[in-house]
Amino acid sequence: MAAVTETLDTVQSVTQSGYKWGFETTIEMDFAPKGLNEDIIRLISTRKEEPEWMLEWRLKAYAAWLKMDEPQWARVDHPPIDYQDLHYYAAPKKKAGPKSLDEVDPELLKMYEKLGIPLKERAILAGVDPDTVENTQIAVDAVFDSVSVATTFQTTLRKAGVIFCPISEAVRDHPDLVKQYLGTVVPTGDNFFAALNSAVFTDGSFVFIPKGVRCPMELSTYFRINARNTGQFERTLIIAEAGSHVSYLEGCTAPQRDENQLHAAVVELVAMDDAQIKYSTVQNWYPGDSNGKGGIYNFVTKRGACRGARSKISWTQVETGSAITWKYPSCVLHGEDSVGEFYSVAVTNNHQQADTGTKMIHIGKGSSSTIISKGISAGHSNNTYRGLVRMLPSATNARNFTQCDSLLIGDQCGAHTVPYIESRNRTAKVEHEATTSKIADDQLFYCRQRGLSEEDAVSLIVNGFCKDVLKQLPMEFAVEAQKLLAVSLEGSVG
Amino acid sequence: MLDISGLAASINDKPILNGIDLTVPPGEIHAVMGPNGAGKSTLGYVLSGREDYVVTAGTVTFNGADLLAMEPEQRAAAGVFLAFQAPIELPGVNNANFLRTALNAIRRTQGASELDAVQFLKLARAETKRLAMPDDMLKRNVNVGFSGGEKKRNEVLQMAILRPKLAILDETDSGLDIDALKIVADGVNAQRRPDFSALVITHHQRLLDYLVPNRVHVLLNGRIVRSGGPELAKELEKSGYASLIAEAA
Repeated sequence: MAAVTETLDTVQSVTQSGYKWGFETTIEMDFAPKGLNEDIIRLISTRKEEPEWMLEWRLKAYAAWLKMDEPQWARVDHPPIDYQDLHYYAAPKKKAGPKSLDEVDPELLKMYEKLGIPLKERAILAGVDPDTVENTQIAVDAVFDSVSVATTFQTTLRKAGVIFCPISEAVRDHPDLVKQYLGTVVPTGDNFFAALNSAVFTDGSFVFIPKGVRCPMELSTYFRINARNTGQFERTLIIAEAGSHVSYLEGCTAPQRDENQLHAAVVELVAMDDAQIKYSTVQNWYPGDSNGKGGIYNFVTKRGACRGARSKISWTQVETGSAITWKYPSCVLHGEDSVGEFYSVAVTNNHQQADTGTKMIHIGKGSSSTIISKGISAGHSNNTYRGLVRMLPSATNARNFTQCDSLLIGDQCGAHTVPYIESRNRTAKVEHEATTSKIADDQLFYCRQRGLSEEDAVSLIVNGFCKDVLKQLPMEFAVEAQKLLAVSLEGSVG
Repeated sequence: MLDISGLAASINDKPILNGIDLTVPPGEIHAVMGPNGAGKSTLGYVLSGREDYVVTAGTVTFNGADLLAMEPEQRAAAGVFLAFQAPIELPGVNNANFLRTALNAIRRTQGASELDAVQFLKLARAETKRLAMPDDMLKRNVNVGFSGGEKKRNEVLQMAILRPKLAILDETDSGLDIDALKIVADGVNAQRRPDFSALVITHHQRLLDYLVPNRVHVLLNGRIVRSGGPELAKELEKSGYASLIAEAA
């Protein structure tokens, strides 16, 4: 119960009504020229000191991408993107190898402070002896534009046999693992944006949890887009071997700017027998101004494969940012009795557009999935839940439960629910529930009569609406998520 | 405490209140009675600042301040509490949390320190105990899945915790059995102090057996047509509103 009150306290403390994190750091950048061709891909590969097989993989993806078209089925609308007018590589200039925290640019540390990264994580980034903060149980792999510049807690993780590093490093140091799994969940030619990402991804995280290991801490990455006109193409790969557990946190904010920025990440998760992966996201990229100018285009492919029996993959996301969100974290449930979960809060305000949801592909016997989606629309925004539940003939006794709730604030916004259900096994059970409600004047008046301001009342009602999802988030994220909900909806009533 | 003078209000251009004069001195409980559609609930809403109602004439002074110029939350902070006839549900919002947030919002405007979760729970549990309500009332979501009687009792609990200076009870007795009625009356009686006043809107004399008012006012067609002591309520119980309606016509 303290959490909701905390949200309200936070609203009180936030006096600005605009995007709170709109600043830009002045770290020197190293750009590739604008445009995309084989030479640029070769340049990226060279800069990353990649082996030949990686370059070939990228070029294959590029060739596939050239033959593909942007998907048109989503309920989003934007001017055409000129893919030749973007930089595909930008890296902070290395003064020396960023192997230790002392070498991290102080500008970067200041930026983390402004972002309100939890104190203990900031302490780690500020260079506090890892041994003294070991009990805080969070490791941060910070992606600053395209290169990971700070990686912490390596010692503790290494002791447990866990690999948590920038994917560019994994390509060099653990090529066999990367080769074995990369692109096996999201193939290079899966979709337009995934193919683009495969061709030009610059960095991201790599996580490997060996057999039977429970990762000793929650793994956390803060993404941030920081260079003008630079599309960001992260690639994340998480592998949980049999009987292992891992919880991964991804969070992001971006500086305010006018040009739209393209972001097309790919995240692949692999869970073997009895393994569990929990992937939590708080997404707060710049949504554009109140007139819909600027903002991030977030076109992301996230997919997890429950390969082993009784494996479990759980996606939890709180999406408040971006001008356009196109994102469907999915689970492919191969394993017998495997479990897929999707918990989502998507908030759109002003002129934001979100088309987001999930896919649950049931292949294994007795596989089960749960989808809880909460969409909140305010201002002139459009918020679409798009989900697919597919029961294949092999999915005997598989079950799915879906609940999609939409909350409307004001009368200029839209909420849409597009569930696709395909069942090819007569023993499979699929349940779908959907509701649409509006924050009623009655509710607002009731709260205000008890002394709450209108904004606090909205925040309280919205947090209540999202409770089922927020409670799935790890503590560290729950508070930040509630903060975001309150800030994103500021000025949405009255 | 509360001075209403020539108050007229309408909703969707339809006049509901047509010039109300009413003074409630500190420490007193006044009952407002009248038939359906007389404007009783409207009076409660106008005093608490519901936006759908437009004040077309008159003034309302509350402890020296112009009540009509305030936002609903400012009125709450000034000590005005409306117990709703049909309390509103807030799905997913925990009752204790809601009340603590409200109490702290009010305390902030009064310059008092905010209560932390432990301090608040201590206070809230003492009140639930005093009102003979189960503790789980605090844990449940605001009014969600509450029976009619529980909702009304929850309003009284909120009042007890927020400790207003003026409580407006809008037919809080309707639909209650005799035991629940006593709990509600006891809750209001427990608030009695020199700086607390209440405006009790009711259809029935029954509540007033337990909650004895200083004055009784009869509202008809948006005007107060009669005022008197507690005996007026008893008289109405016998003769009904018919004679008053005939008189007014």
